[in-house]
Amino acid sequence: MEFLQYGFMKNALAAIGIITPLFGILGTMIVNNRMAFFSDALGHSALTGMALGVLLGLTGTDLPMLLFALAFALLLSHVKRKTSASTDTIISVFSSLGTAAGLVILSRGGNFSKYSALLVGDILSITRTEIFYLLGAFAVTLLFWLFCFNKLHACSVNQSLAKSKGIPVRLIEDMFAVLIAVIVMLSIKWVGILIINALLILPAAGAANLSSNMREYHLFSVIISTASGILGLVLSYYLNAAAGPTIVIVAAVFFAATFFARPFFRS
Amino acid sequence: MFGSREKKKRNRELKRRAGHLSERSACGLHCIKMTDIGVYAGKTPIIEHVNVHIHCGKLTAVIGRNGAGKSTLIKAILGEVPHEGTIEFRDMKENKVKKLRIGYVPQHLNVKRDAPVSVYDLFASCISNVPVFLCRKRALYDKILSRLALFEAENLIDKRLGDLSGGELQRVLLSIACTPVPNLLLLDEPISGIDRKGMELFYRIIHGLKEKYDLSVILVSHDLALVKEYADSVILLDKSVLCEGTPEEVMESKEFHEVFG
Repeated sequence: MEFLQYGFMKNALAAIGIITPLFGILGTMIVNNRMAFFSDALGHSALTGMALGVLLGLTGTDLPMLLFALAFALLLSHVKRKTSASTDTIISVFSSLGTAAGLVILSRGGNFSKYSALLVGDILSITRTEIFYLLGAFAVTLLFWLFCFNKLHACSVNQSLAKSKGIPVRLIEDMFAVLIAVIVMLSIKWVGILIINALLILPAAGAANLSSNMREYHLFSVIISTASGILGLVLSYYLNAAAGPTIVIVAAVFFAATFFARPFFRS
Repeated sequence: MFGSREKKKRNRELKRRAGHLSERSACGLHCIKMTDIGVYAGKTPIIEHVNVHIHCGKLTAVIGRNGAGKSTLIKAILGEVPHEGTIEFRDMKENKVKKLRIGYVPQHLNVKRDAPVSVYDLFASCISNVPVFLCRKRALYDKILSRLALFEAENLIDKRLGDLSGGELQRVLLSIACTPVPNLLLLDEPISGIDRKGMELFYRIIHGLKEKYDLSVILVSHDLALVKEYADSVILLDKSVLCEGTPEEVMESKEFHEVFG
């Protein structure tokens, strides 16, 4: 366990120990709800948020990123409800516009390289305080899952059915969108825009191959996600490569394995 | 979990309990009155001036061409789209206006074929707060089993939704809609993708339901033969009510022939 001699590796391991199970849990409903496009767009909106912060001359860009993502998430779910056009198309339009605007603003004067760390993320630079933020987000997600999961699940299966059972469909869906936005923004600096969605989707998609009910689905998703996180982090240390992408590769290998193991798990 | 003999015994016990619930019959003294229902997209009316008056123990079929506003009417009753007019539920036994409890059987589910969602997961999500991702509570499991047994679906409880046939899924959805027993049961085109035998079983169950409980049924349907056989009254809709009455009356009307040729 040579890598644990370093403080930054300890911090990174703690952060991964929070982020990956959290992503494993969130991912289940992102996959079931077909919201992969949505979470991807949210990740890209980080660029726009950051650009807005720079435009306004703020020193820290975390707050504008978070606020922009929240507004973006609520706007997307509003538009989704209002129009009958394909959601994928609408989200793509919003997402590309946001990304492009962000890139234009950030690349003015030719110093985009200053911000390029956001693309791949850097888990090794996380501090104690930031780990506590993540822990807070994890607690909030667990509470939401404990008290609202059934309702969220009913909404995702059929909104009218949920409505007939007295579930406040809009509120629950908006809360979920906000939750995804907050978690994506809190983790994006560590995981990176380019790969955050893979980390949200892959473990849940793999777990779906092995499960036939919600309990198995969550259990496998959390196991795959956490195992990929820890294994990926350790591998990246020995390979001297970026942690985030290594984790994604491990998760992809797990996904492939579940794909072939599928006939043995599901009758 | 159980041996097959124990399972049979258990099923008998569940059926007995379910049967216990049903030794009643509809009283005809609950009525639902919808007055001047209108839904607008901007200024364009999708439906307008729709008046419907139904009593418990009756099955009312809503028919009409595609785009006549049948599904919109269902959505308005569910409160999913804003609408004009009033919906009143009156108990004439006690002569009181009460809150209407609606059971809804959707047309289709937004569930991928291979999604890891079992019948228990969906059922529990709709009727309980015991988080389905965390645990399976024995008492809740038994309750769901007994409700499914009422609709000849108790053996489906651990199956994935994607593995059910069209008819099986309809019976599961119907049993969810009827837990707890609603005052008004809304069925939105429940016959797509189901074979004839499954459809007839489904209609027989509905027929049994409205006889046993104090509930009214509104059914949006395309299958005129089944409407003729099972509906007590028919509403022909095209933006507003063109014609209403018994199946025979409506199907012999001038309006019916104009719509269906």
